[in-house]
Amino acid sequence: MNPVTFTTNDWIALLPIMVTSATAVAVMLAIAIRRSHRWNAGVCIVGLVLALISCIFAVQVAPQQVTPLLLIDSFSLFFGVAVIAAGLVTAMLLYQYIEGYKGEREEIYLLVALATLGGLVLVSATSFVTFFVGMEITALSMWGMIGYPHRDRRALEASIKYMVLSAVAAAFILFGMALVYAQTGTLSFNQLAHGIVSGQFAGDNLLLVGGAMLIVGIGFEISFVPFHLWVPDVYEGAPAPIGGYLATASKFAMFAVLLRYFVESQAYDSKVLIDILSVIAFLSIVFGNILALMQDNIKRLLGYSAVAQYGYTLVAFVATGAFAVESVSFYLVTYMITTIGAFGVVTILSSPLREGGDADQLYDYRGLFWRHPILASILTAMFMSLAGVPMTALFIGKLYIFAASIERQLWILVGAVVFGSAVGLFYYLRAVIPMFQRQRWNQPFKAPKRWPIQAGGIAVIVLAVLMFWFGLYPTPFIDTIKASGLHAPTVSTVALSHIPLR
Amino acid sequence: MDPAWILGALIIIPLVGGLACWGSEYVNPHLPRWIGLTTMTIVLALGLYLWFTGDFSFTILGPDHRWGLELDVPWIPRFGISFHLGLDGLSLLLTVLSGFIGIVSVACSWSEMHRKVGFYYMNLMWNFAGIIGVFLAIDLFLFFFFWELMLVPMFFLIALWGHDEPGQARTYAAMKFFIYTQASGLLMFVAILALVFIHHRATGVFTFDYNKLLGTPMSATAAMLIMLGFFGAFMVKLPTMPFHVWLPDAHGQAPTAGSVILAGLMLKTAAYGLIRFCVSMFPEAAAHFAPIAMWLGVAGILWGAAMSFSQHNMKRLVAYMSVSHMGFIMMGVFAGTAIALQGVMITMLSHGVSSSALFIITGQIYERMHTRDFRQMSGLWTRMPGLPPVALFFAMASLGLPGMGNFVGEFLILLGTLKVSVPIAVVASLGLITAICYSLIYMQRAYYGPAPDKRRFPGLNRREIATMASLIAVLLWLGIHPNNFLHTSAATMTAVSQNYAHAQEGTTFNGVASR
Repeated sequence: MNPVTFTTNDWIALLPIMVTSATAVAVMLAIAIRRSHRWNAGVCIVGLVLALISCIFAVQVAPQQVTPLLLIDSFSLFFGVAVIAAGLVTAMLLYQYIEGYKGEREEIYLLVALATLGGLVLVSATSFVTFFVGMEITALSMWGMIGYPHRDRRALEASIKYMVLSAVAAAFILFGMALVYAQTGTLSFNQLAHGIVSGQFAGDNLLLVGGAMLIVGIGFEISFVPFHLWVPDVYEGAPAPIGGYLATASKFAMFAVLLRYFVESQAYDSKVLIDILSVIAFLSIVFGNILALMQDNIKRLLGYSAVAQYGYTLVAFVATGAFAVESVSFYLVTYMITTIGAFGVVTILSSPLREGGDADQLYDYRGLFWRHPILASILTAMFMSLAGVPMTALFIGKLYIFAASIERQLWILVGAVVFGSAVGLFYYLRAVIPMFQRQRWNQPFKAPKRWPIQAGGIAVIVLAVLMFWFGLYPTPFIDTIKASGLHAPTVSTVALSHIPLR
Repeated sequence: MDPAWILGALIIIPLVGGLACWGSEYVNPHLPRWIGLTTMTIVLALGLYLWFTGDFSFTILGPDHRWGLELDVPWIPRFGISFHLGLDGLSLLLTVLSGFIGIVSVACSWSEMHRKVGFYYMNLMWNFAGIIGVFLAIDLFLFFFFWELMLVPMFFLIALWGHDEPGQARTYAAMKFFIYTQASGLLMFVAILALVFIHHRATGVFTFDYNKLLGTPMSATAAMLIMLGFFGAFMVKLPTMPFHVWLPDAHGQAPTAGSVILAGLMLKTAAYGLIRFCVSMFPEAAAHFAPIAMWLGVAGILWGAAMSFSQHNMKRLVAYMSVSHMGFIMMGVFAGTAIALQGVMITMLSHGVSSSALFIITGQIYERMHTRDFRQMSGLWTRMPGLPPVALFFAMASLGLPGMGNFVGEFLILLGTLKVSVPIAVVASLGLITAICYSLIYMQRAYYGPAPDKRRFPGLNRREIATMASLIAVLLWLGIHPNNFLHTSAATMTAVSQNYAHAQEGTTFNGVASR
């Protein structure tokens, strides 16, 4: 094999990843120099903003295959921007929240930067190696973040459960990779594709079993039904801002890699794998929604809702039609905006972190509208978006899901989405109503007076504006997605032309 | 300025007015009412202006097809979705009705609401924006957008300002309403998308435009399934027999203005949808399905009447009356003759007025007596000056006394149905008798009979008299000189019925016809 040489363009393409890595190092050094919450958080936030800016330069040179492991193209940059933005918002939300934590507050920013780095590696992965590395970086830092308030038993429990879950997932994925490698002798997605297209592995069952194990592992990571069992406990125990990150960035990076793997390695041609995914989608929608019905804890509710929402996304994914990639991208990003927004409001109300835990019971929200009309309106809008009500971003998202699935005439899945949306309404409304009811006489949870000009408040307001913007006038965003689409033939040929096959 | 922008203004004004209501509460708690009243007056004025200046001899279905007014702004070109509004006689009359009911509903909640007034009026205004949007949208996606949009404010109206009855929470009623209508709306959404994709396959163009989707070539099965998707949504909203259960609950728990909007306008959105989409876009499928739909209508007429007769709660009685009247509309639409459709038009308007009035009367009684239970309110005639004669007027209207709009509408519907199917018309005309039963029992239980105690109640105040007088005037206008209305909707209804008549010829159902 040739020694790897880096051109200028390679360096530019790698800028987002490098800046994020540098941020992690910088936060570490900053803590070593002086332990000050404001200064350490500032380093992290500035670093992530720089990483966002660096994406602008990376776009200019995309697509760029940097070593056989990473492909920086418009697809990975699109999701990369989303991952970095999620990390940035999480850091901003954490700032007021972690203020109330009695222990060392600063290291959590290090973990946020690392998780973002993991997500970036995942969305650019074109090889099983980077896939696994990215996944583990994310998972390791997620354990740390979930269990960060480690004197809280619930957080600790959540962290351990998450650890077990991701260890199981990693085991499945590793085994799946090993099987695929054993059969094909390659770890690269597009070399795999080359082999498959040329009919080299036609009718090979080991490859299929490997693919299925990969799906199981990814199912654990994204928490599809039937791999969802501990997920609500994790959401419940995780600190609110981390819950937002957990529900979105850590999962949709996996989704992006799944999408790329399927498109590049031509796994879409495997009817068995698509059938498995269809069943998983169906189960996730049906059970995710039903299990969410009677939750009184808003974080658990959002956890189960995440299961269902990723089920909807999977419907668009298996549709494989003209709309598939576009729909998945649109839905994932609008879902991220909505969910982090919802967790953001929960965070603001729970800030600063206190002994009794977060404001996570539905009755904590009684009369919120009369105390904090703007916060309550934002949370209502976010729930309405999750329910797919017009004027919100996920309404357009639902349009995409329906369009993708109806185009391919997947009527059973269409039926599941209709069922899920109808059931979903019930629990989202159940969460919305208390906010408008009469206040309780004592309200432990109050947002600080100056919340709209604090970091977390700004982040939430920006998310709300984006959410309405994408719901009312999505055209510019749709154009962006179309420009960054992942089209099987183009990506494969670009990639193949860059790497000489052994 | 291009008069087409008035169509946009009809939707934007209530939206902006609603926000103003919310904000103004913090300035002065009385301000939201006045802003609400002004907003709805402007909407009504714009509607009347369009009526008096517009030309409604055109329609999209006829030979010289075009809209009276049309506004078309691109919105989501990726899917061929545009902000496309159009006006013809049918949508104009319903828009004017919305403006009128709007003023009435602001007036009737004037003294009922004391809590969170600004937010209440905001929901009211946004509800009207959604409803007017439904009547004007001729882009199918936009139609669905408004269809769903009008649910949210109504949900809040019921859930937040409704009444809790023993054993019946208002949040329960609100959720039931929302889930029924939203779930059925999703069916319609799937049908819309299926239609769009069929059109895409045939022409290679993505569009949600009503005009372009008309006459999309498709198999009979596909047309039937898509038609049923639309029908499902409208059947639940109308409501038709097996799916009417949300309505009495919603009405029972809703505040007065909520009931007024629900009965006066929201049910009409379904009737409008049946005419505009089911019958116009899929005439063949609709003609095949017509016998089932019409018998469902007949069942609704009789079942609604029977249930109405046996209620103790005044609001639920009036609610079931609506179920019965809506049966006539279902039957008339699927009969599809020009006369029946014109009858549907008049019934929509006059039921909008008369049922609103009956709900307002219920609200006025509740404000005075704090009950809706008939068992506590007999003998009101002597105890409450002014109100009982008004109630008598509207009870007579809903039993179909000549001289009021309801009579004209139901008469035309029956006449039109008779040409299509004699048995259905005969059974349906039993509805005229059952209407007498529930209207008279309504009068008997509440206003006549012995008074249980000596309490006396204040009569109508000036605001209430003005509200009632205007409702009475409109209902008499509809009854005595319906031609003003019939002329406006004539072109649309004739075109729809001609379009439908071609399809009817192909069905066996026409064999029963007596010509």
